[in-house]
Amino acid sequence: MSTVAAHVEEEDHGHHHKETFITKYVFSQDHKMIAKQYLITGLFMGIIGIAMSLLFRLQLAWPEQPFGIFEVLLGKWAPDGVMDPNVYLALVTIHGTIMVFFVLTAGLSGTFSNLLIPLQIGARDMASGLLNMISFWLFFLSSVIMVASLFVEAGPAAAGWTIYPPLSALPQAQPGSGMGMTLWLVSMAIFIASSLLGSLNYIVTVLNLRTKGMTMTRLPLTIWAFFVTAIIGVVSFPVLLSAALLLIMDRSFGTSFFLSDIFIQGEVLHYQGGSPVLYEHLFWFLGHPEVYIVLLPALGITSEIIATNARKPIFGYRAMVASILAIAFLSTIVWGHHMFISGMNPFLGSVFTFTTLLIAIPSAVKAFNYITTLWKGNLQMNPAMLFSIGLVSTFITGGLTGIILGDSTLDINVHDTYFVVAHFHLVMGISALYGLFAGVYHWFPKMFGRMMNKNLGYVHFWVTAVAAYGVFFPMHFIGMAGLPRRYYTNTAFPYFDDLANINVVITVFALIAGAAQLVFLYNFIHSMFYGKEAEQNPWRSNTLEWTAPVEHMHGNWPGAIPHVHRWAYDYSKPGQEEDFVPQHIPLKEGEEELQH
Amino acid sequence: MTLALSLTILVLIGISVWQIAKIFELSQAKKENTQVANDEDNQFNGKLMFAFLLFIYGITLFSFWKWGDVLLPAPASEHGTDYDNLMWISFAIIFFVQTITQALLHYFAYKYRGKKGQKALFYADNDRLEAIWTIIPVITLAGLILYGLYTWTDIMSLEENEDALVVELYAQQFNWKARYAGQDGVLGDANVRFLQDFDGRNLVGIDATDPNGLDDVVVQELHLPVGREVQFKMRSQDVLHSAYMPFFRAQMNCVPGMITEFAFTPNKTTEEMRTLPEVVAKVKKINKIRAANSKELVAKGEEALEPYVFDYLLLCNKICGASHYNMQMKIVVETPEEFEKWMTEQQTFAQVIQ
Repeated sequence: MSTVAAHVEEEDHGHHHKETFITKYVFSQDHKMIAKQYLITGLFMGIIGIAMSLLFRLQLAWPEQPFGIFEVLLGKWAPDGVMDPNVYLALVTIHGTIMVFFVLTAGLSGTFSNLLIPLQIGARDMASGLLNMISFWLFFLSSVIMVASLFVEAGPAAAGWTIYPPLSALPQAQPGSGMGMTLWLVSMAIFIASSLLGSLNYIVTVLNLRTKGMTMTRLPLTIWAFFVTAIIGVVSFPVLLSAALLLIMDRSFGTSFFLSDIFIQGEVLHYQGGSPVLYEHLFWFLGHPEVYIVLLPALGITSEIIATNARKPIFGYRAMVASILAIAFLSTIVWGHHMFISGMNPFLGSVFTFTTLLIAIPSAVKAFNYITTLWKGNLQMNPAMLFSIGLVSTFITGGLTGIILGDSTLDINVHDTYFVVAHFHLVMGISALYGLFAGVYHWFPKMFGRMMNKNLGYVHFWVTAVAAYGVFFPMHFIGMAGLPRRYYTNTAFPYFDDLANINVVITVFALIAGAAQLVFLYNFIHSMFYGKEAEQNPWRSNTLEWTAPVEHMHGNWPGAIPHVHRWAYDYSKPGQEEDFVPQHIPLKEGEEELQH
Repeated sequence: MTLALSLTILVLIGISVWQIAKIFELSQAKKENTQVANDEDNQFNGKLMFAFLLFIYGITLFSFWKWGDVLLPAPASEHGTDYDNLMWISFAIIFFVQTITQALLHYFAYKYRGKKGQKALFYADNDRLEAIWTIIPVITLAGLILYGLYTWTDIMSLEENEDALVVELYAQQFNWKARYAGQDGVLGDANVRFLQDFDGRNLVGIDATDPNGLDDVVVQELHLPVGREVQFKMRSQDVLHSAYMPFFRAQMNCVPGMITEFAFTPNKTTEEMRTLPEVVAKVKKINKIRAANSKELVAKGEEALEPYVFDYLLLCNKICGASHYNMQMKIVVETPEEFEKWMTEQQTFAQVIQ
């Protein structure tokens, strides 16, 4: 909103427009309020998504056993308290959709891009406050539709979060492919519109609204990550939109983009000449970059938090930026590794194996640079720091098994087994969630002007960290044993009987992990109202957001926007009194800026 | 009753976690209240970081000790051993890297835990170091990529082979069928349009006007001769399915509207597999579990479980609807003589539609 940028340069900008409750808290155009709206909507969706996973974990550990909780929550879909197979599939589908898109894309990127981009680059607000507001409300609308789809007669979408046709295209194939799928597609189409508006806004803001002295090479790594993430989103989300639109055409208008030669429920359908493989290509052209849309912001947040809490410059700033760019580029040319055995030409499989394994290189650089940043640091073990270290740990553990899955040969036997489930949950699910938690603990004072309770944070982290490994480490084993994912139960195969007790272990850890999130929820809500009031710069950090007053104001800074004189990582710089030198402090006489 | 009970339990758990959190918070509120980590926190959490390293190692060792026997079942195809070699080499590399990096990460977190007055080392860059840890992964991955691609091409290239057995795998919600080419070695044309011909006896939609199809044989249990290459043509009539045969390290999606392919040579008969020590131990273990479960079932007045006997399996591994979890077919690998004998007992398509 250029008018804001123009008139907030004046000292008394606050008096220009009277804010009502509606414009301040509901239809706000202020990036800080929009960030909070994203966070709270994201957390709400997260509660639904995580609760769903606990429900189907119960079914997996104690298959076809009656649970009162199923009766309560699933009603007629759990006759006598036993979960119906269609409901199981619906739960895994919606769990995946909600966690990937609504929590880890909108909840993570939406929250922190909005909060930090203007504050860290020294801007009064986003380039367009109006588009930003529309972006949030489209996200909110899509959330409402997705949640509403849980209540339709035949149940929500149940074809897996990838909704491959024909399963997702034919209501005859499963009940979830009726009204539930229609709502899923509508919700996602709106979600994509929201994401695109947000991303374009982030890109424009970073390119145009940086304060004086904030060159691209002085940008904090958080901003680099958000910026590149937005670019990936703009490049890849439209392709998912086209896939969704074509699928809607096939479903509702009788076209044959993805369908051909189908006989179902005693009837030959008219579709001719389409191919589900085409859908897979379109889906994964977004689907794989989506992994990095989820992960890069988490890595950006981690970079910032590790440097601040290690009281050390992030090691290899240039290499970190280069690896973000390399990952972003590679992420758009590896989608085929989800399709090695889809029936596409095996030669394509070779190409995608090559590009996929290349991603390990920038990823390894990032991991090593994090580790080196810790070396000889003065580590301040705040909850945000613990989650950041935890992220590096799960990123390594989960990332390494990617070397197996990215290899077309090895993929043959572990494709679509629990090995995949374990891999991606660690490398993008848990890692990105840790990034989200780290960000919340670290910027809570900035968002709400209060501190979260650190000891509850410690309990939250340690229980979660142990339980997360407890859930996903054993899962590799049942995957290597050949157990396919998305099975309602494995009791149909006596061969898998010896995996039953592993499933019980996993579920017990999952329940513990779920309980630990209640601690976080308590801490979050309680601290919002009763937390200790925050100082302006509680973590003694260098970035610009901490130069803004605790009390939120429109335009972020009273008076002029601070100018930037150095990069964001002058921690423990020799010759300085304090162990941090914020970006807006001019260089001292004779002090050299690091050539990075 | 269970409903009310579990609802109450859920609510109580919620309340108790909330209350514990609250008590916890109140108990330490007085001492000091900046909510920023102090030396005590750094000490405590730094040490826990080290303990966590031990936990990661521990859970790894424990899992291998306790569940190591469920990993990759014995390979039963010629390329299976190549597959397994590549898998174990990749695993060795992964474990090496995992052990070292997790150690460094958590040890540094422990070793350099903060103290008041201590200053961190200002160390922002080292090009040589970064070059080293860029180049090492490059070399390792180049090796893995080359090895992987070599194996991949080997497995996936379907060469003309006069002696190969051609089998069609046919998927539908929620079962499998197999079709053999018969005497002429050529599968007859087929399409879902023909499925309703002959009162539903045309199980996989063979075109009755194509003479190649008349001697085709459609079965519900897959029999394969040992030592002979099998070239599979996969079809699906409704949604995506995936033909997954873990013992043969084989998998390929079945896609409506197109024919996909995969080939392998089984090298152990079902009988041979049943006598492998590894398989014997596995069957014994499973039957022990089944016996225990049976006892519970009998106590409840239900039927006991059948004892488990090893068989090769074909599973569906692409979500396909409600009974996806039970879409399976038994595979029997036998000697060529047994196979021929079995084949002569089957009805050809011409016989079925008479």
